Parts: sequence; C-alpha cells; structure tokens
Amino acid sequence: MTTAAESARTVSRPVSRAVRMRRSPIGRFVWKLPFWILIALIFIYALFPFYWALRSAFTPEAQLFDTPIQYFPHHPTLQNFRDVLSSDFFRRALLNSTIVAGSVTLISLAVGSVAAYALGRFKFRGKSSILYLMLSMTIFPQIAILGALYTMFTGFHVVGPIDFPKLYDTEWALIFSYLIFTIPFTIWVLTGFMRALPADLEEAAYVDGATPLQVFYKVLLPLIAPGLVTTGLLAFIAAWNEYLFAVSFIQSQNHYTVPVAITSFVGKSGNAFQTPWGELMAATVVVTVPLIVATLLLQKRILAGLTAGAVKG
Amino acid sequence: MSSVATPAPAPRRRRRRRTKLQRRQTKLAWLLLLPALAIVALVAIYPLGKTVYQSFTDQQFLAGITPTKWVGLDNYSTIWHDPAWKHAVILTLKFTVITVTFEFVLGLIIALVVNSSFKGRGVMRAVMLVPWAIPTVVAAQMWKWMLDDTFGVVNDFGVRTHVLSHSQAWISNPSTSLGAVCAVDIWKTTPFVALLLLAGLQVIPKDLYEAADVDGASKLQQFWRITLPLLKPAILVTLIFRTLDALRVFDIFAVFFGNRLDTQTMAIYIQSAIVGDGNVGLGAAASVFMFLIIALFVVIYVTFMRVNEE
Amino acid sequence: MKHRRLLVLAGVVGAVALVTSLSVAAASSDKPARTHQAAAIAAPKVPNAAAIKKKYGGQKITFVGDSVGNGHVRDVALAKRFSKDTGIKVTVNPHPAASDQSYSQLARAFSSKSSSIDVAMIDVVWPGAFAPYLVNLKPKLGKQSKLHAAGIVQNDTIGGKLVAMPWFGDYGILYYRTDLLKKYNYKAPPTTWNQLFAMAKKIQDGEQKTNSNFAGFVFQGNSYEGLTCNALEWIASAGGGHMIDNGKATINNAKAATILDAIRAQVGKTTPRGVTSYQEDQTEHAFDSGDAAFARNWPYQYGIGAGAGSKVKGKFSVTTLPHGAAGKPVGTVGGWQLAVSKFSKHKDAAIEFVRYMTSPAVEKFDAITNSNVPTIPSVAKDKAVVKANPYLKPAIASVARVTRPAKFLGTHYNEASKVIYQGINQILNGTPAKNVLPGVQSKLNQILK
Repeated sequence: MTTAAESARTVSRPVSRAVRMRRSPIGRFVWKLPFWILIALIFIYALFPFYWALRSAFTPEAQLFDTPIQYFPHHPTLQNFRDVLSSDFFRRALLNSTIVAGSVTLISLAVGSVAAYALGRFKFRGKSSILYLMLSMTIFPQIAILGALYTMFTGFHVVGPIDFPKLYDTEWALIFSYLIFTIPFTIWVLTGFMRALPADLEEAAYVDGATPLQVFYKVLLPLIAPGLVTTGLLAFIAAWNEYLFAVSFIQSQNHYTVPVAITSFVGKSGNAFQTPWGELMAATVVVTVPLIVATLLLQKRILAGLTAGAVKG
Repeated sequence: MSSVATPAPAPRRRRRRRTKLQRRQTKLAWLLLLPALAIVALVAIYPLGKTVYQSFTDQQFLAGITPTKWVGLDNYSTIWHDPAWKHAVILTLKFTVITVTFEFVLGLIIALVVNSSFKGRGVMRAVMLVPWAIPTVVAAQMWKWMLDDTFGVVNDFGVRTHVLSHSQAWISNPSTSLGAVCAVDIWKTTPFVALLLLAGLQVIPKDLYEAADVDGASKLQQFWRITLPLLKPAILVTLIFRTLDALRVFDIFAVFFGNRLDTQTMAIYIQSAIVGDGNVGLGAAASVFMFLIIALFVVIYVTFMRVNEE
Repeated sequence: MKHRRLLVLAGVVGAVALVTSLSVAAASSDKPARTHQAAAIAAPKVPNAAAIKKKYGGQKITFVGDSVGNGHVRDVALAKRFSKDTGIKVTVNPHPAASDQSYSQLARAFSSKSSSIDVAMIDVVWPGAFAPYLVNLKPKLGKQSKLHAAGIVQNDTIGGKLVAMPWFGDYGILYYRTDLLKKYNYKAPPTTWNQLFAMAKKIQDGEQKTNSNFAGFVFQGNSYEGLTCNALEWIASAGGGHMIDNGKATINNAKAATILDAIRAQVGKTTPRGVTSYQEDQTEHAFDSGDAAFARNWPYQYGIGAGAGSKVKGKFSVTTLPHGAAGKPVGTVGGWQLAVSKFSKHKDAAIEFVRYMTSPAVEKFDAITNSNVPTIPSVAKDKAVVKANPYLKPAIASVARVTRPAKFLGTHYNEASKVIYQGINQILNGTPAKNVLPGVQSKLNQILK
C-alpha cells in the first residue's frame, strides 16, 4: 500500500494499481504467478474433455476401449473424420442446423432488441407484466408443451377457414419452437443493457433532431453491442444444440439437425446397440471447431465496452 | 423534418402527467413490442393453455378408443401424495442450489480473469466457451464414458496419481451420483454464466477504476464498491435464467441414469409420466406444479431485486 | 491489428481447406465397410411381382424403418428392389435411434390418426400398445406367419388379431473366452449360474494379477428396458416364472429372490460395481477389449468381436445362458416386427410390402448382410446363414425363448417395465430382493387391473 501512495505522488497521471504493481520486480512476480496458475487451471478445466474428444477422434475405433488407457493415440488415424465428413447425411445436417440456428439468432436479436428498447427506455404501464409474461414462457418444461406443439405443427384447424400451416418435418417448426426460449432470454438481457445506458446520449440525439428509431439504430444499438453479441452467441449455441424438439418434429433424414444426426450414428455392426464412439467424437470436433472460430472472430465485439469517447464527449 | 424537439423520457424521479408526448411514446413502445408479443402469442399461448387444460383430464398418450374425460383435481392429488414426486422436487432443488452457487462463483472468477488484460486474452475467451459449445447429449455421453469405472480416464488418472485409492463407480454408486452429475453440469454451464457476467463487466467504465486507484482504494475495495454494485443487474438476470434452467434439468440426468428411481428430477418425472407411462394428464399436472415452484423462485429473485433498487 | 485479421483469415481458410480436402479424400477412398455388405448379395426379387403391379402399381407408401446406418442401407436396398418389381413407390424414413423417441414418434402419429406412416417397424414389446391402431394381418399373411417362430407370432397376436409380422429376432446369449477357460482348466462353459460365478471368480482372481481392470462377468444393469430382459432371463431360467404369468404378477417368489440376490452378491466382486450403469455398449466394450471372461449380450456382439481389430478375435465363443438348479436355459426375445397402420391410405399395397420383407428370401438376405437373426427357423438353419452367423449353432438356435409380459399390459407396458427395472436396479445397487420384490409385485398388479 505504501508503494502505491508513494508512486501516486511521484507519477503525474493516474495509473491503475495493476500497472504500478507490475513495475516493481517483486510485485511483478507475486502478482503474475497465481494469475497464470489460475489461467492454466481454467484452460485445463475447460479444455480437457475437448482434448479427450480430439484424441478419441484420432484413435482407431477398435482401440478406443483398450485398457490401459491411451492418453495419446498410439496409431492416430483420420478414418473417423473421413467417415463423418463423407456422410452426406451429416453434411446436410450441418447445413440444416446452420440455417435453423442462424435464423433463430437473427430473429431473436431483431425482435428482442426492438422490444428491449421499448422496455428499457420508455415509460408506460404494463412494462413489468410483459417482462414476467416473457419469463413465464420459458418456465414450462419442454416435454409438457411438446404434444401441443406437435398438434399445431401437423396442421391445426384454428377457426373457420384459418388453418395453422403444416410445419411438421420442416425447419420452420424448429425455428418457431426455439424462439419460445430464446426471445424471452434475449429481451431480458438486452433490457438490462438498455436500462443501464445514461439518458444524456439520447437527449443529445433528440436535441439534434433524431427520431426515436434513429436514436435506437444509430445511438443505442452500437452501445449495447456486447449484449447483442453475447445473447446472439448464446442463442445460436442453444438452438444448435437442442435435441428434444429436433427429434420430435423432424421425420425425414434430410431435415435432421446436428444433434439428431450425431445421436443417430450407428456402428459398423449396423446394430443400434453399438455407439460408434470414434465417429461421435470426430463429429463433435467438427461441430465445435466452427463455433470456436466464430467466437475468435467475434471476441473483440464481445468485449467492446462503452467507448471512452461517448462518455467523456 | 418532423421535429421531436422535446427531450427523451425524463429520469424516473420526476412526476409527469400523461402528456400527448407520453401517449405517443406509449403507442410507439407497444408498436415496438408487437413482433415479440405476436411470436410469443402464436407459438406459446396454445401449448401452455393446452397443458393446463390437459392437467384436469385423464388424457393418455395413446388414447385409443376410450374418450378423455374431465377428472378435476385428481391428477394434482395423485402427484401431491406421490413420494416419488416429493423426492424429485427435493433432488432438483439440491441440484439447483449446488450448481447455481458453484457456477456463479466460478463464472465470476473466470469473467474477472478474462476481463483483465493480458496476452492471449482472445484465446481464453474462445477457450472458455468450449464446454458450452459441445451439444449437451454428446457431452453427457462423453462424461459418462470418462467417469466409467473401467474405461474412464478420470478414474485412471486419479489412480495413477494416487489421488484415488481405486476406481470409483461415480455414476452407479448412489452416494456419489449427485456429485458426479453436478460436477458435469457445472463444467458445461459455467461458460454461460461467465459470458453473461463478462458482458456486464465490460459496460462498467474503466475510469471509475482509475479514479479509485488515485484515491488509493485496494483491489478488494474496488471489487466490493464498484464492480459488484454495477454488476448487480447482470448478476440477477444470470441467476434467474440459470436457476430456471437448473430447475428444468433433463438431458444430463437422462443420459447418466436413465430411469433410475433415486435420481429423478422433476423434468424426468414428467417425461416418464407422459412418454413412459403414457399418462399425459398426470404429466401436465406435474408440469403445472413445476411451473409454480419455479415461479416461486422468480418471485424471490424479483423481490430481492426490487428491494435493492430502492 | 492488421496481423490479427490476417491470422484469423488464415485460420478460416485453413479450416475450410481441411474440411474440403477431407471430403474429397472421403469421396475418393472406398466407401467405408458399412455399404459393402449390402452389395455383397443382391436383394431378392419379389415373388408374384406382375400380379401385384397390376393391382397396386403406382401407389406410394411410407415405411418408417431401421435407424440410420447399415439397417437403413438394407431397408433402402430392399425398398428399391420392391419398387422396381412392383411399381409401388416406397419412401424409407429411418426411425429415431433412441427407442423411446421411436415409440413416441409412432404414438404421436397414431393418436393423431395421421396417414403419414403406412408400414412401421415396431419393437417386440409394442404390439400390445399399438394394437388398436394396426391392421389385422391374419387374413392376408396368416399362412406366411406359420413359417415364423411360434413364440414370436403369439407375441404379435393380440385379441386374436395378428397385428404385426415378425421380422428379425434377437435373444440373449452367453459369450465366453475359450482361451481363458483352457488356461484355467475348464473343459466346457458353465451350465448353471453357480458354476458361472465360481468360474468367473477363479478366472478373475488369476487375470487381475496382470490386468487390474479384468472382471469375471458383465451384463446390462442400467435402469432401462435392457435390464428387464436380463432379469427375465435370470428369473425364468431359475424357475421363478416370467414376472407376470396368466395376467397376474408373480415376480415375488422365493426362486426369483434367490437368483436376484445371487447376482447382487456378485456386483463389486466378479462384476464391476459400475455394472448398474452398463448398457449393451459397455458390456461389449468390456468383453471385446479383453477385460471380461463372461458376458451376456445380444447376438450383434459376435460380429464385432470376430471383426478386424478386435482383441478377442478367435478367442471366444457363445453358448446358451446358464440356468438355475430347477430351470432350463432361456433367452429373452428382442427384435423387430413390421406392422401396417390402420390410417394408411394404401393398406393393401403396404401389406404386400410386409409380405415381401418377412419372406424367407429376404430374411436370408438380412441374416447374411446384416447379421440379423432370422425369425424363420428354417432360414436360421440355412448353411449360408450359419456361415455368416456362427452363433446360430443348433443349441442356440433352438433355445427356449421367453417374451417379456407385454401382452398382458397393452399400453401400460412401459410403465410396468419401468417398475420392474427400477426395482431390479435397486437390488443390484445393494438392497436385498425381499425388500424390493413385494413392492414391485403389488405395483404390477395395480397396473394390470
């Protein structure tokens, strides 16, 4: 503590404590070591199972359950990856999942951010009830509403000449069902972000003559970018990984999404009892890697904060 | 250019009459909410309504020729007196408390670590998302394999490093089952919590910290006085959604335990009633019970949030 | 900044290149083994094709068949042949791999009276549940059904109506390590349970000196349908009845309790403690990686163990399961049937398809290309079939097959089976049988009412 106070007196511009500590040699070591150990632990904790999937993907099927356990494949092979990628059924599933998850994400963000704008920046009666209404949508267990959704999607007579379109066995059935879960979540998180923004930015924009929609689009949306990217990513992954609705609403093979495709891999014996672990692990790797690449691409956006200019300007 | 010359919604404290502007604002607000409400009404109202209706009937999955009849509160009564349901509720609550607590603490630590600047930060951000990115059904199968008492790498590593005296049947053994499933869920879902908290951390302006440094505040003081209070809204949203998801947990339990009697969560009980026993009415009633229990949690969180906002 | 963008771009390009090259490599390398078998022999031609074509040619039916993989490939090959010969177009949709998803899919379609499914592949325990929704096949296929194993046909006959035709069968058998039996001076595999336990203990004690993962006996003990199959074998082979006999639950009897306690005593000793989470997959892994002396599993495991890369190739054989002192060896029937939906728009065309699929020629095709156990005893004795399926030795082919009590339970089979397997799983996890069986019996009786 004394070091900090002394440095504060001697250094003219305010410098964060971390930087001050880093400058002293002892401080540097003491501060960094536990931090790096922590990083290493987080790294191992998050990644070890993925490493296991990777090593299993490269291990020949017959050697997967050998004891003693091979931590590193003794005879690495690309066969599992070949099997997975050569199956057009899996490639088709990748495409279907991308379409479904992508649409769900875009729709949730579009609808959700607009709703969050209303709920976060406007004052009117019924705001809280809407938020709780949204929340209550997500409380019912999936299995409970499965039957009713099935009835709806297989063509459902609403009233008079109006029939609910027959969406069974199409991607739209999935897109609609996933929205039930992603829209409330998106609205809640983005409303929080909207609420946290200071009022002066909007006021300045209004003074400059902007319409509410321009304020939304040009001023507020860029400021909640981290929220958008975060909820977008979480919604994408949730839609991508969902299993129960996907297996219940899709019948034909060429509409399968990735989780259904992966779980329907059958071993070479052709028997449903045998799970082809090598292929399963290869498929997992193939499916997870693009998500990681996408995150790497977006990570700057995830962490963009209120820029200094907007606050101080 | 049409002018909206008057300023945007004023700060909360000022009392206002319902001016023409305010009415216009309200109309605009509802217009903005329309798409969301429309989608929700379209896709959610019918299923939810039907579930509640079914809870009062003896609807079967395979109805055959017998017509479904109204049974009033019979289903509710059956569930209320079923010891398996009580067990399921308690198990689910235990699971929720354990996992949400650990996920929150770990998630916060990870978010704080990734938030600070250091080389390789970008890679860490991507790495921390990996558990969440693997499909749940696949991750659950993989962990089941890794925890196996003969082929599992966890046991193998534990025995080799002498941390374990011999292989444990983590999943089969009733005394370690809950711990195993909690550990796996924590692994899987901490990224979700971390990511949300991270987003919340990023909107806290950095100059607050700089000012605090100038004032001589310690890192710990900064954490308590600056970080936590400003993070509160993000923490509450995260906790609400995490708790909701934990109370509805299904996939991991289904893969690990199948239909084992002592490891049924509420969602598994419901699935078992509807698909296994074919008793849709009973399952619907249990769903309503589950809804009420979860709603209770929401009320608790919300009250806490309201109290803190004053 | 510039560099980062470049790196990310390089990474994406690299990933795309990797995926593309793997796909190209996959396309050019020979298709994996899964498809070569189906091409080995051609799908048999349809008898009476011309007559069928005249009557039903041009109609379209949907067949919900085996899940993705070899089974689906076989279904498609057969459907293609059928369509070519008879002009009836068959669309094949694989059913979901998970059994309860498959059940749900059919249940939902039937209860919504959908005509989207004409022919369905149903599990051997489902005829009772789906009977009200299925067409009676006796008038048209009764004669052909006489070719199939009587026990299974009986299982598929509900209230006098033949609601499904047997397609391929499965039953539990005992796998054992021939080399280890020799090593420990045993001349023959065990015939009673007590013999099995003794042999398993001696072999395990010996082998664990060099392989700490070795177990004497493995089976399926997880809390799921497979456990009902295993338990039925234990109980029936010990003279303890068939869990439900003549419409009344009989599981709570002394012989059943004895055998269940005997198996419980082995868990943690000659059977891994984790067996109460084992399903077929784990049993197969344990045996085929050389870590078990005895295993109970379905016939499918034979092909894997005898296949390339297996550690136990040439070192194992199969026999019937052991029995208790008072009983005889049995095997629980697994397997699949074909049924026609009542809501189908083309019932007769669908029935012709079922006739083709359950004919001796197609069963032979199935047995040779996919190692599916034929339900027609004469096919099971065919030389070519036995060559492809060495486990179809006479003793095994004619073992007494016991069926799970689905016929008494109708739509409540799943519920009853759940009561059974949850109870047995509890026993395996340490609770004495006498504390569990009475409860199971009374719950079963309640369901039967």
